[in-house]
Amino acid sequence: MKLTTLLAGAAMALGLATSALADGHEKTKVGFVFVGPIGDGGWTYEHNKGRLMVEEQLGDAVETVFVENVAEGPDSERVMTQMALDGADLIFTTSFGYMDPTINIAKKFPDVKFEHATGYKRADNVSTYSARFYEGRAIQGHIAGKMTKSNIIGYIASYPIPEVIRGINAAYIHAAKVNPDVEFKIIWAYTWFDPAKEADAARALIEQGADVVLQHTDSTAPQAAAQEAGNVVTFGQASDMAQYGPFPRVSSIIDEWGPYYVARTKAVMDGTWESMDTWDGIGAGMVGIGEITDAVPADVKEEALAMKAAIADGSYHPFTGPIKKQDGSDWLAEGEVADDGTLAGMSFYVEGLTGEIPQ
Amino acid sequence: MVRLEKRAQPSQTFAYLTPLLAVLATFLFGGLLFAALGKDPVQSILTIFWEPLFGEFAFYYRPQLLIKGAPLVLIAIGLSLGFKAGIWNIGAEGQYIMGALFGAGFGLAFYPAESVLIFPGMMLAGAFGGWIWAMIPGILKVRFGTNEILVSLMLVYVAEQFLASMSLGLLKNPEGFGFPGSRNLQQYDSAHNAEIIAGTGMHWGVVAALIAVIFAYVLLARHRLGFAVRVTGEAPRAARFAGVNPGRLILFCLGTSGLLAGLAGLFEVAGPAGQVSIDFNVGYGFTAIIVAFLGRLHPIGIVLAGLLMALTYIGGDIAQSQLGLPAAAIQVFQGMLLFFLLALDLFTNYRLRVGRVEAA
Repeated sequence: MKLTTLLAGAAMALGLATSALADGHEKTKVGFVFVGPIGDGGWTYEHNKGRLMVEEQLGDAVETVFVENVAEGPDSERVMTQMALDGADLIFTTSFGYMDPTINIAKKFPDVKFEHATGYKRADNVSTYSARFYEGRAIQGHIAGKMTKSNIIGYIASYPIPEVIRGINAAYIHAAKVNPDVEFKIIWAYTWFDPAKEADAARALIEQGADVVLQHTDSTAPQAAAQEAGNVVTFGQASDMAQYGPFPRVSSIIDEWGPYYVARTKAVMDGTWESMDTWDGIGAGMVGIGEITDAVPADVKEEALAMKAAIADGSYHPFTGPIKKQDGSDWLAEGEVADDGTLAGMSFYVEGLTGEIPQ
Repeated sequence: MVRLEKRAQPSQTFAYLTPLLAVLATFLFGGLLFAALGKDPVQSILTIFWEPLFGEFAFYYRPQLLIKGAPLVLIAIGLSLGFKAGIWNIGAEGQYIMGALFGAGFGLAFYPAESVLIFPGMMLAGAFGGWIWAMIPGILKVRFGTNEILVSLMLVYVAEQFLASMSLGLLKNPEGFGFPGSRNLQQYDSAHNAEIIAGTGMHWGVVAALIAVIFAYVLLARHRLGFAVRVTGEAPRAARFAGVNPGRLILFCLGTSGLLAGLAGLFEVAGPAGQVSIDFNVGYGFTAIIVAFLGRLHPIGIVLAGLLMALTYIGGDIAQSQLGLPAAAIQVFQGMLLFFLLALDLFTNYRLRVGRVEAA
């Protein structure tokens, strides 16, 4: 009881401070809670780049703080509380596992705004945001299907969650569309970031005949493994990974959080911030497609760029029927487009993929 | 010329002094590290050690010390018994995970029924989970003479795979839209390890840690089994003559440490963490090894060491946020603590002699 009272008191004091901030007298303080180290070269690295963009574009009007390597659970609650107590006006919590902690702490600090990445729980002062990475996967699938000679595409998956399954489906649909003989071999690494495991997975896939390796893990280890093998195509994940271009890395999916972070920080400054759910893709600039190198034949590159443009302007949706589920049952009829609800909770493979989603 | 000379008797003074000297040396070299990173060393160290205890928001951080320190102490107490007897359980992290899985699984099996019996049942299940996981290296060692260090460590990775599988399969929240992770036990009253007095950080895990400390203290100081533990570590042959059954002692030490680690996992999953998730374990089982040694394998020492480690974690996060210190620098700082402790430990058994070596 006592703590709640004290926290409420602190929160009220902060509330007063916040209103002063809206007048522009003081700096707006923005906190970032990171799950990995900012030098991971992938997920957290890109979130931190977004933070730096906030500092760069809003200059003296903002102050950003961050804590890296924060474990999901009670540690993250403590870090969020600490930022709120220290006067943060807006806190971005950048990992799925921060979902319940964010909701818990947001309750205690009703005047602080929270933004949780990739989750589904919202509150009056909690927004959620995520990116439609599957749009990038569709383009990767197209290039992969065109470039494979062995017709075997390796896929290093992290965890069997909707986000990852969506990516596999999107890549497979577009690879199979241009190359009906294509086969996907999927390895579940059960990690988001573990260079040694990822390298092992890449080598295992290459040994099984894969000459294209897609990854949904964040390290550059698979790129290095492909480089070693010599004739294997890869794509950068989360970050551009351009240092492995022009070959094996022929393109990439880049998380572009910066513009969103700047917009939301501005909204807090203007007092126009509202709780909402954002799921943006290539069109809004949240998903970037890294440069397609010359290792890709010119006509394939052209088709890929055309698809990117079509996805961006909304004229094409990567999940457009006819698409059947793996068990042969109908999912999308001719011309039908998947709804966001089904996509968000996707837990099935599309027809043509082999193997089962592990439980 | 400076040389090391073995002491006839280990120095009692140094045994108690080394932790203090290690902390001072860590301050000094940690300060240099922070200065090299362009931060004010005094302010950095104050932020880590002073801010959580006496700073403006100490009312919030002090209870957090208990939340962060309790699992460390609970696990370290169990480990210390084995370490004293020369039985090396390195796999407390795995036993912690299994305790959480067994305990949470037991509770979730009854969802949404409410009963006062559910939480005690979860405690039993959690303790059993940790115990059984530690008995694997125990029985293998007694029966086949395998190395308990390797087996217990390897079982951590097996436990992690179980954890991932449970988060994605059997224990997955059916209302979680396909996302991994179990239901949140904080929202299930009968299973929630809530604070006993709100705002104090005092949950059942803290109580259990205190009981374990007292239990270990009495055991080591007063009980025949404690004597067996000590004498086995100090003089294994003498222990045989004193009638100690080494097999039973191995099973007791590994079993107890597993049981306590399992309990720590249960209290964490049902309380502060709330849910079984893929990344549920955060290394308490490994950090507890440091805590056990930092506390000189002594129950009271372990309490102090556990709180000190908790303090560096909490203060470290504050320093990251307020001063922009990188997480890696904080980890180096924590590493220094153990490094200096082990290095200075040399002086418990050796002394420095300045002067010439006398001719024989």
